[in-house]
Amino acid sequence: MSAGATLRLRRGTGRGAGTPPPRSTAARRKVLGLDKDGWFLLLPALIPVLVLSVGPLLYGIALAFTDAQSGVTHATSFNGIANFKDLRLDSLFWQSFRIGLLWAVCVTVLQFLMSLGLALLLNQNLRLRWLARTLALVPWAMPEVVVGIMWRLVYNPDAGILNNTLHHLHLTDGTTDWLSSLSLALPAVIVVGVWAGMPQTTVVLLAGLQNVPLELHEAASLDGAGLWRRFTTVTWPTLKPVVLSITALNFIWNFNSFGLVYVLTSGGPGGKTELPMLFAYDEAFRYGQFGYAAAMGLVMVAVIAVLLAVFLRNRLKEDES
Amino acid sequence: MSATDAAGVTAAPAPPASAGAGRRKARRRAGRAGQYLALLCYVVFLAFPLLWLVSTAFKSPQELGSVHPTWLPKHPTLDNFRTAFDEQPLLHAALNSLMVAGISAVVSVAIAVPAAYVMVRFRSLVSRAGTGWILVSQMFPLVLIIIPLFMVLKNLHLVDSRLGLGLVYVVWTLPFALWMLQGYVKAVPVSLEEAAAIDGCSRARTLRSVVLPLLTPGLVATLMFSFVTAWNEFFFGLVLLKSPEKQTMSVILTHFLGAEGAADLGPLAAASVLATLPSLLFFALLQRRLVGGMMTGAVKG
Repeated sequence: MSAGATLRLRRGTGRGAGTPPPRSTAARRKVLGLDKDGWFLLLPALIPVLVLSVGPLLYGIALAFTDAQSGVTHATSFNGIANFKDLRLDSLFWQSFRIGLLWAVCVTVLQFLMSLGLALLLNQNLRLRWLARTLALVPWAMPEVVVGIMWRLVYNPDAGILNNTLHHLHLTDGTTDWLSSLSLALPAVIVVGVWAGMPQTTVVLLAGLQNVPLELHEAASLDGAGLWRRFTTVTWPTLKPVVLSITALNFIWNFNSFGLVYVLTSGGPGGKTELPMLFAYDEAFRYGQFGYAAAMGLVMVAVIAVLLAVFLRNRLKEDES
Repeated sequence: MSATDAAGVTAAPAPPASAGAGRRKARRRAGRAGQYLALLCYVVFLAFPLLWLVSTAFKSPQELGSVHPTWLPKHPTLDNFRTAFDEQPLLHAALNSLMVAGISAVVSVAIAVPAAYVMVRFRSLVSRAGTGWILVSQMFPLVLIIIPLFMVLKNLHLVDSRLGLGLVYVVWTLPFALWMLQGYVKAVPVSLEEAAAIDGCSRARTLRSVVLPLLTPGLVATLMFSFVTAWNEFFFGLVLLKSPEKQTMSVILTHFLGAEGAADLGPLAAASVLATLPSLLFFALLQRRLVGGMMTGAVKG
């Protein structure tokens, strides 16, 4: 409604954003709630979004129901749910899917816990806070590929600092091949995921913490509430909506992540870190199975949507009770 | 006890003196020490990979081959940087990245400013659809977008082209640019626009002479952030660019990895350090603003 009001400013009526627009011919000549000026301002952004984001997305969904392949001369044809039937029996894909879920859940949970701890510390009046604050932002500024390369140097079995340090502390014999070990590769990669994703979460949580009313804390502490009790009764309720949105987003981002693991292990050893995105990438751009890979993408979206719906609904229910 | 407060308060008034004051004081001191210890752990965890990367970049091949690596290079050298430039077309890649990221950031912000203005000031169905798109665009796995995008760009002969990649980056950086700019637009008081209108400003003039100058700091921050996002991007670059002379920094870096993995650690580290510098520089400039921008965007309710 502010649209009509703001527009009429030109004629000098000076209505604020809160007043309802008067009914006039101009007010009625709107398409989807926007008049000519509005559309004119929106169009430069709208066209690229439609052509390069919304369009491809719909096209991609349609591709999932076809036998599209790269570099094939015969015409692509719809094959109904044949891709999904094949996918149901594709044990390699489901194995990768399980790894993807495990990775996304572990990284998201650890990221959240560690970022919450850091945000709480950064919200204190500690010395050297600036150092931690700056360091916490650096991973955000680094290209994914560089983060991957950096941790490959750390994990390097011979020249890496991790093996060397552990050897000096007499914890291991210093010959662990972190990224090639069947049991250690996934945990090692998860640590990198946590490291790389901490900045955003910390910044958002810190912003949330700064909205917690100080008076409530003082009142609670005067009433004799301890540290933990104040956290659960004062900080947490204010922080909760922020936590919900950032964990949901983190989960999506992590499940769809690609670059980090591509650089670290390329899915190896023996497919132990083959995230679904890597699997689908190979299917599409190594084997050229466009339709099949699109079907994988669609299944990934569907599962994420269901998981998120369950997660957010449960949390919202908790809120009500 | 207020000082040991880890529950999210910067400072609270001292509690009234009581019989347990001494014990409380001791507990407070222990709590402080615990906090510093925790902070130290975080600093170590966050800093040690960075330190290792930089240190590796300045080590000589002999030192890198040593079985007992040290934290700091004993004889710092720039050889790795020289080798890196010899091995891969780094300078070319940096120029490619600079061009693609720079142009796409400018275009993205240029089209995002009016759109963000409309989304904030005009409450319409389209504005809500825009907000919905910002959220939904975060949810879809890139593989679902990249395949059709690849096919569309191929028909337009924009695969393996920097222009094609730039176009993709415009749309790729748009959601966050819109998100940030909406926060900044909201901070511009409507009353200023009204005053300008009363003084007889046309709508276009109001936007140009009143809104835009007030948006400038936010605009710069959004521009830098979009640049960093595009500079750091890897997946689209990997899929869409095939010829080495067109590839961006992120993609070229993976060439150092080679088939047998990290055979040449020094140049790899050196090139990585170089690839991070521009983003790091921009981030240093905008860190305060970024945190503020995210907050204003987030509290829109």
